[in-house]
Amino acid sequence: MMLRRVFLVALTSLNANKLRSGLTVLGIVIGVAAVIALVSIGRGAEASITSQIQSVGTNLLFVRPGRLQEGGAFSAAGAAASLTLEDAAALASAPSVVGVSPVVNGRAQVVFLSQNTNTSVLGVTPEYPWVSNFELADGEFLSQTNVTARSSVAVLGSAVADILFGGTAGAVGQTIRLNGQPFRVIGVLKSKGGSGFMNQDDQVLIPLTTAQTRLLGARFFGRSSSINVVNVKVADAKLVDQATEEISAILRERHRVLEGEEDFTIQSQLDILGALTQVTDTLTLFLGGIAAISLVVGGIGIMNIMLVSVTERTREIGIRKAVGARRRDILLQFLVESAVLSLLGGVIGIVLGWLVSRLIGGIPMGAQGITPVVGVDTILMATVFSMAVGLFFGIYPATRAASLNPIDALRYE
Amino acid sequence: MIKVEDITKLYNMGAVKVSALRGVSLAIERGEVVSIMGPSGSGKSTLMNILGCLDKPTTGRYLLDGEEVGALDDDALAAIRNRKIGFVFQTFNLLSRTTAYSNVELPLLYGKRDQGQREHVKAVLEAVGLADRMHHRPNELSGGEQQRVAIARALINDPVIMLADEPTGNLDSKTGAEILDLLLGLNRERGLTLILVTHDPKIAARSGRVVRLQDGMIENHEGAANGMGHGATPDLSAAKGGKP
Repeated sequence: MMLRRVFLVALTSLNANKLRSGLTVLGIVIGVAAVIALVSIGRGAEASITSQIQSVGTNLLFVRPGRLQEGGAFSAAGAAASLTLEDAAALASAPSVVGVSPVVNGRAQVVFLSQNTNTSVLGVTPEYPWVSNFELADGEFLSQTNVTARSSVAVLGSAVADILFGGTAGAVGQTIRLNGQPFRVIGVLKSKGGSGFMNQDDQVLIPLTTAQTRLLGARFFGRSSSINVVNVKVADAKLVDQATEEISAILRERHRVLEGEEDFTIQSQLDILGALTQVTDTLTLFLGGIAAISLVVGGIGIMNIMLVSVTERTREIGIRKAVGARRRDILLQFLVESAVLSLLGGVIGIVLGWLVSRLIGGIPMGAQGITPVVGVDTILMATVFSMAVGLFFGIYPATRAASLNPIDALRYE
Repeated sequence: MIKVEDITKLYNMGAVKVSALRGVSLAIERGEVVSIMGPSGSGKSTLMNILGCLDKPTTGRYLLDGEEVGALDDDALAAIRNRKIGFVFQTFNLLSRTTAYSNVELPLLYGKRDQGQREHVKAVLEAVGLADRMHHRPNELSGGEQQRVAIARALINDPVIMLADEPTGNLDSKTGAEILDLLLGLNRERGLTLILVTHDPKIAARSGRVVRLQDGMIENHEGAANGMGHGATPDLSAAKGGKP
């Protein structure tokens, strides 16, 4: 029997029972649509996080003072985890490091006339924009003179400029107040488009020395003031591991600690990316898993209906066998019927899932929301999986149909 | 043509073994019309199923058209049924959701050539007098017309034998006579070998030979004239189909 014929026979018999076929297909439609929609949301979340982290730069390392819980009990008072400006300067000597930018940070209330906001304040050096991949939208950046003189000048992140001045233009030259102290705005940064906890536009940059002495009241260790973090730019993203080693070696020597007892941590953007990707991957897998369960339930629906159909059409099977249908002809007929059901459900489900993910993408969530990503691989996977479900759950009913004895089948009432 | 040698059929009904046929030998020549008669439980349905290659004998040989079919597997038997045997049933056994045309075409789908047969299907439907009923479904046809569709379906692959199991059992006497005329006409005009299972003495009277079964054995072999009067035994298996 030619395959075209088999399909024709399958379609005819499915068409004869429209309501039943429709409801069976619905089970698969819901399953596939759920897989597509949920996986695309997971992918969307992942893509948005990844793009935010990549906007910071993947060749960036953050060196922070160590956490005291590790071996904390043994480190006496003066050994509290610390990083100093001298440490930062020493890191510049590492071969794979191309830029070092020490940072102290805190939060402050920023006021301009009647507008105000609470934002992150970073005390930085002139290297900061180059190391952290920032560009200026207007004005100029902090100079070495500003740092040396502990000037009261500030560079605004674009989000802060938006809030205080309603945009980038017109901010330069104005005087804002940080925790009540006046600062003259000398520049505004270009937006990086981050959002949520990663928003890099919601910050105000002031000279490191100004921050330490006047605004954030930094702690002092020995003769040099401590800093919160050193941003390190590595020559190439591939050299991140090597740079980490070099930095560790330098700091261990300077702090006189052994390997394994470091009082600092080095974190790369790739580490953060990896951790977050792992989270979103788990999320995607979890959502997809839930959806897959509904697809399996849909498959059981197909099996159920096909079993009913086999019983109901016992006589038809008997007739077909009497006129010469072989075992495999009957097997194929019923397998194709369940495959057609599941494939049809798969196609409708893909369209529906895509629509649903578009709909969810339209709902604003957080600053930017998530744009669901319906990948070709997701669609392929859903199609293959729904076909497989149809065939798997169709095998048993089809085998039952094929192994019916023609004599008994013909006598069936 | 058909040669059955000492066939037996044993059914396992749980613990009990039922012997449906106990050594039946029979030879039917090409172009013959043979009636098989016998009371319920005499084994005529079993014999019919074996002759129709729907079932295999437990022992014995069955030669159909020079081919030993007793030892073939299920798929080979299906192919034999498709090529060499036409079935006509008491309850017509048509596919209810498809047209007369599609029903007649059905055996072609399982045969070697399944395309370019449109004209052939039409010709066969015309031969049974259904030229204008081709695209009707079984529920739009009368009983006689339905049986004509079944006969056309049995003829489509030009079978060696046609097996008719109570072909008039579900029809009124006038229609039944028409169907019988049609079958006998096909025998006369095309030389079709016809085996009828019946309890109707009028059918038996018009066949060339009557084989009478009793308790799984052939009771006697007789000419048509001698068969008269013996068909009165109530046949419960036939009654189950709901004859008028």
